[in-house]
Amino acid sequence: MPSQILARLNLARGDFTLDVDLQLPGRGVSALFGHSGSGKTSCLRCLAGLERASSAYIEVNGEVWEDSAQGYFLAPHKRPVGYVFQEASLFPHLSVRGNLEFGWRRIASAERKVSLEHACDLLGIAPLLERRPSTLSGGEAQRVGIARALLSSPRLLLMDEPLAALDAPRKREILPYLERLHDELDIPVVYVSHAQDEVARLADHLVLLEQGQALASGPIGETLARLDLPLAQGEDAGVVLEGVVVGHDPHYELFDLRLTGNDGPRLRIAHPALVVGTTLRLKVQARDVSLALAADSASSILNRLPVQVREWRSTDNPAHVLVSLDAAGNTLLARITRYSADQLDLHPGQALWAQIKSVALLG
Amino acid sequence: MPLDANDLGAVWLTVKLASLTTLILLVIGTPIAWWLARTHSWLRGPIGAVVALPLVLPPTVIGFYLLIALGPHGWIGQATQALGLGSVVFSFTGLVIGSVVYSMPFVVQPLQNAFSAIGQRPLEVAATLRAGPWDTFIHVVLPLARPGFVTASILGFAHTVGEFGVVLMIGGNIPDKTRVVSVQIFDHVEAMAYPQAHWLAGVMLVFSFLVLLMLYAGRRGKSGWS
Repeated sequence: MPSQILARLNLARGDFTLDVDLQLPGRGVSALFGHSGSGKTSCLRCLAGLERASSAYIEVNGEVWEDSAQGYFLAPHKRPVGYVFQEASLFPHLSVRGNLEFGWRRIASAERKVSLEHACDLLGIAPLLERRPSTLSGGEAQRVGIARALLSSPRLLLMDEPLAALDAPRKREILPYLERLHDELDIPVVYVSHAQDEVARLADHLVLLEQGQALASGPIGETLARLDLPLAQGEDAGVVLEGVVVGHDPHYELFDLRLTGNDGPRLRIAHPALVVGTTLRLKVQARDVSLALAADSASSILNRLPVQVREWRSTDNPAHVLVSLDAAGNTLLARITRYSADQLDLHPGQALWAQIKSVALLG
Repeated sequence: MPLDANDLGAVWLTVKLASLTTLILLVIGTPIAWWLARTHSWLRGPIGAVVALPLVLPPTVIGFYLLIALGPHGWIGQATQALGLGSVVFSFTGLVIGSVVYSMPFVVQPLQNAFSAIGQRPLEVAATLRAGPWDTFIHVVLPLARPGFVTASILGFAHTVGEFGVVLMIGGNIPDKTRVVSVQIFDHVEAMAYPQAHWLAGVMLVFSFLVLLMLYAGRRGKSGWS
């Protein structure tokens, strides 16, 4: 059975047209990323059947849910999806337990893959079970909303900016739970967001939407590193890398990470308590990478990697250029001034040293 | 006892009429209100206006048209005769039909407002949690619209109790069949029997006050969709 999600959608609403042909992996987290009005929520609503596209073909891991050419449309309540809305949207007339059991009761017991205990444990909501939704904080309510969706044992979990209505502390409260879902449950997730940090942290696959069109679709590492996409234009441009913890220096409290690839480059990072052998996701912002002609060891910068210049492009700021670099198979981006680029006499294939000022660990 | 047997008969008849009317209106008003709250059809305006007509028409106008429709030559009258029910004019059945028409907006509008206030989201949530349309209506819409049902029932009942013109036009004044409290009071006043009129009018006044008190006091602790 092909493990993938196919969604060909065509929908016109007023002067907005959505026209996408998506092929998403059948496992892991796929992010639909774009500004508001780019059509990402419409895509999600079409997948759930809440919105009917004028022409659509939707297939999820081998099952056809919609095929307008055949006049086939599976009603939303017959689609095995879990949907997490931007606002928790709990039923106010039911307790937290009543909300959680709403979908759970409506599926055959043989299909129940997630137990109430497991969902409560995953999202840390066991103490809230007898509370009324009106007494919950925003973060608690959203965790209940996520658990409620999971308890319908979905074969596809759709999340529509589940963190957007929350303030920064509540976001930090929920993100670890989302990462646990990602790690512990084998349910494909389509995650809509306009926040690059969330996407970098959670997504395995990235679809970039703009004005109803998919500009790009691919693995997160590759897509974020592409210079030709609008993502690379902004101040927040950066790459997501994966690395394995390979060593610990107890004297300086630093950890060694090896990036992917044979004999992948190594980074040293300061972080409390990492376990040797675990795989981590890192983000390196383009503005935190500077370039030098020689390995300048007399500096406070911890991480210097030999790299090769691939190409570079202008950015939204005329003083800056964005350089794509190859670090033994890993792509790095560096945002440097155009002046520096000229001083370095930047050219493709050139061997340089990348100095990485900071590395952010994404969970 | 300040109320005589005729008065008590009128009170009982009024309660029976208002209860039956309210029950019938809840059954037929719910789908109408649901449709009005959710449809995008062009018929929404015309149907909504028809339902609201009794709010502005003089009761005599409604009574007049009902009299014609229910009468032996009217289309409802013909139908009831064909069904072997005979003519319903000047009967309790006729009063119920008239009251249903007359009190319709007082039931439909609170329900329609309650359904509109629920919005689309809870229905979508229920659908993504595998609830079909009927399931959603019973387990989500009805509980969420409960305050609307309470208001609709109280208003429908109270408004039926308060009708006079329609009753007089299509029901006449037959003791224990069509003579309701408002008609009985009219009779007392006509007969210059002011003490009896006072007692019955007082009962109506206290009843109406209590009904409205229930309605307004009940509105405060109302919880909405969060």
